[in-house]
Amino acid sequence: MSATLSYIKKDSPIHRLTGSTKFIFFLIWSIAAMITYDTRILIAMFLMGVVFFVISGLKWKDIRFAVLFMIWLIVINLIALFVFSPEQGVEIYGTRHELVHLFWRYSIVVEEFFYLFNFMMKYLAVIPAALLFILATNPSEFAASLNKIGVSYKVGYSVAIALRYIPDVQRDFHDISQAQQARGIDLSKKDKMTARLKNSAAILFPLVLSSLQRIEVISNAMELRGFGKNKKRTWIVERPFKKGDYIALLIAIVMLAVSAWFMVLNGGRYYNPFV
Amino acid sequence: MQEPIISFKDYTYHYRSQAEPTIHNINLEINKGERIIIVGPSGCGKSTLAHCLNGLNPFSYPGESTGSLTICGIEAGKAGIFELSQFVGTVLQDTDGQFIGMTVLEDIAFSMENDCVPQEEMIKRTHAEAEKVSLVEKLEAAPHELSGGQKQRVSMAGVMINKVPVLLFDEPLANLDPAAGRDAIELIDHLQKDGEKTVVIIEHRLEDAMHMGADRIILMENGRIINDSAPEDLFLSDKLIKAGIREPLYLTALKYAGIQLSKDMHVERMQELSLNDSHKEQIRKWYEERRAKAPGKERPEVLRAEGIHFGYTPEKENLSDISFSIKEGEMVSIVGKNGAGKSTMAKLLCGFEKPGQGMLYYQGRDMSGDTIKERAAHIGYVMQNPNQMISKPMIFEEVALSLTLQKLPEEEIKERVYETLKICGLYEFRNWPVNALSYGQKKRVTIASILVAKPQILILDEPTAGQDFRHYTEIMEFLKELNEKGITVLMITHDMHLMLEYTSRSLVFADGKKIADTTPEALFADPELLKRASLKETSLYELAKRCGLPAENYIRAFIEYDREVRA
Repeated sequence: MSATLSYIKKDSPIHRLTGSTKFIFFLIWSIAAMITYDTRILIAMFLMGVVFFVISGLKWKDIRFAVLFMIWLIVINLIALFVFSPEQGVEIYGTRHELVHLFWRYSIVVEEFFYLFNFMMKYLAVIPAALLFILATNPSEFAASLNKIGVSYKVGYSVAIALRYIPDVQRDFHDISQAQQARGIDLSKKDKMTARLKNSAAILFPLVLSSLQRIEVISNAMELRGFGKNKKRTWIVERPFKKGDYIALLIAIVMLAVSAWFMVLNGGRYYNPFV
Repeated sequence: MQEPIISFKDYTYHYRSQAEPTIHNINLEINKGERIIIVGPSGCGKSTLAHCLNGLNPFSYPGESTGSLTICGIEAGKAGIFELSQFVGTVLQDTDGQFIGMTVLEDIAFSMENDCVPQEEMIKRTHAEAEKVSLVEKLEAAPHELSGGQKQRVSMAGVMINKVPVLLFDEPLANLDPAAGRDAIELIDHLQKDGEKTVVIIEHRLEDAMHMGADRIILMENGRIINDSAPEDLFLSDKLIKAGIREPLYLTALKYAGIQLSKDMHVERMQELSLNDSHKEQIRKWYEERRAKAPGKERPEVLRAEGIHFGYTPEKENLSDISFSIKEGEMVSIVGKNGAGKSTMAKLLCGFEKPGQGMLYYQGRDMSGDTIKERAAHIGYVMQNPNQMISKPMIFEEVALSLTLQKLPEEEIKERVYETLKICGLYEFRNWPVNALSYGQKKRVTIASILVAKPQILILDEPTAGQDFRHYTEIMEFLKELNEKGITVLMITHDMHLMLEYTSRSLVFADGKKIADTTPEALFADPELLKRASLKETSLYELAKRCGLPAENYIRAFIEYDREVRA
């Protein structure tokens, strides 16, 4: 089990898509899910997402932790929505089918639960695409794909390098904290909050120093090899658009169009089965 | 006579942040196809010289220069770092830090990407370059899947891909184990001959850098060039010793035997050294006089490991079935390739990690129930990089840290810190900020900050990495003093000199197993074992063989005599 999400190398039709395709697909897909509350569209998008995930060959255990974490967030979100506006659904759909009255202003109303269901589906429609973008995009292609959609390559590369150094910094942190604990710095919960804050400075200070050292070396190495020389640069890992990329983007665009078209048909963002 | 490819004329460089120029009146010409080794003690200006060649000065480290420096006919001061990078390819010391790409392929192609080379051409050229450094199989590998030597080869390919005429190596051996270092020098030699390159190597491990020879050695001291000559002329003079640079071991051995070095002996490399019968006789005679002495007396055991198994993940065992015993007052080296399990063993001893199986005893008592803190009272651990340990701005505070945390009375803290600072030769700096110190001094501060807690055992991770001979001697003599006061010292190291000169025993690790527990002299007389430990033979071994002497005993005799002479 891993708590962090990172690229998992595999060979699948999804992995073979270019980084830019996956990024643009993810953006369009998210917009399509964001603009609509139409249950049919959201369910269709979620099911398609699951299919894409299966095609990618990734395993449930790769994402279990992340998915459970997100479900937890969604549940909290839904509870909060219900607590603060228990009649939101009634307002939206214009009818009220109460099943059971709970207490005070809270009842189980079909419209409210239908609204909350749609709200949840919006998340579920996007999650597979987001996970696929993170897990199936080679980090090397990440900078290249940002660059392709107009972000400066310097920015893209700094982001990619920062991402790559996360494990190194984690390791430094681990080593430093062990060595400092050996000197008697207590990081357990036994100490008072103020003491713990002070103690963590004993780890952060060397961590910052050694990270600065790292930055100096890498920026020298990059400049010595001509980084920043030209306004543009090429990318060795960049892959040409193939049929699959066009198909993927077409799917996303069609989805967006369908989502927009249903808005026109429904006369709004909501699909109303109650009238 | 052709134009020199690099030419310094009366060149002085003055960093903006420094009061004085760092290098003065440099006059140096380097011709096309030459191989130059630049040596000198830390702070002599050799890195500054390198930074002037590749443009990091003044691009990254601003400063003023006077005089002139031309590279391939171009005035370096007027060209930027990018223009200079067309002519001078730099391989830095830090094999990890300079790895830019996410994979080997990307790292080799990095400079071409910046030059906007079309993709197809990049792929073709990257493959061709990877072939030259035999990394074609590894093109898709990420840096953490590579050894130090492989990473360095990637960096070499990455700079050569630009077809640069000059290759500049900034301490290429500092982060490699001895066997990988030897391979690196052989590869540099091959690449130079193959591509008609000019090679400049900055390195203080002179004997290792000279493995494949050099045209000239430049010796620097205090920002000036004090020698510019063929290697043998330098070796026949006493300039190296005066400047505090270690001369090749075989030369020391010859001098100890009373042999007068001369030009016809080809002293520049062990492989070319010619010894006549009377020389060999002299060495044998010296050896007979110095026959090994009786071994030392038995001492009580302080530390014992029994059948230790450990893995960071359940799938892979990083240590398997490790057993050893350390006696009180010993000085032991733990050696082996990167990733062989040496540091992991140290972490288990300190209690940072718990063994999956097996027992650890301190003075015969089972340690498994002790916390990190409790173990730290007996076993002190000093990390390789002092910057990873120092957490207070002032020296006093830093050394006092562990005592302050124990909430000892102020008077006692002061007394113990002062005492420790005196032992470590840092007393006069007690009120200084840490960042005013040199790297070697910082290292001492970290050792002091551990010693202040009065541990009986000190574990040091690469105590001398990146140190020149003077600082090496300083640190090691200091550790030896501590050891003579009764502190047991364990050192994780790649440094062959350290093993030979300062430790009486070596634990050799390979692939998570302890493959030998022996004396350093026996280790260096066993080519098969050396290979598995990723070490290399010393020239002393070769010398003993040529004179028909038993290598192990000869090396021991040499070390003992050397210790006497240096003490």
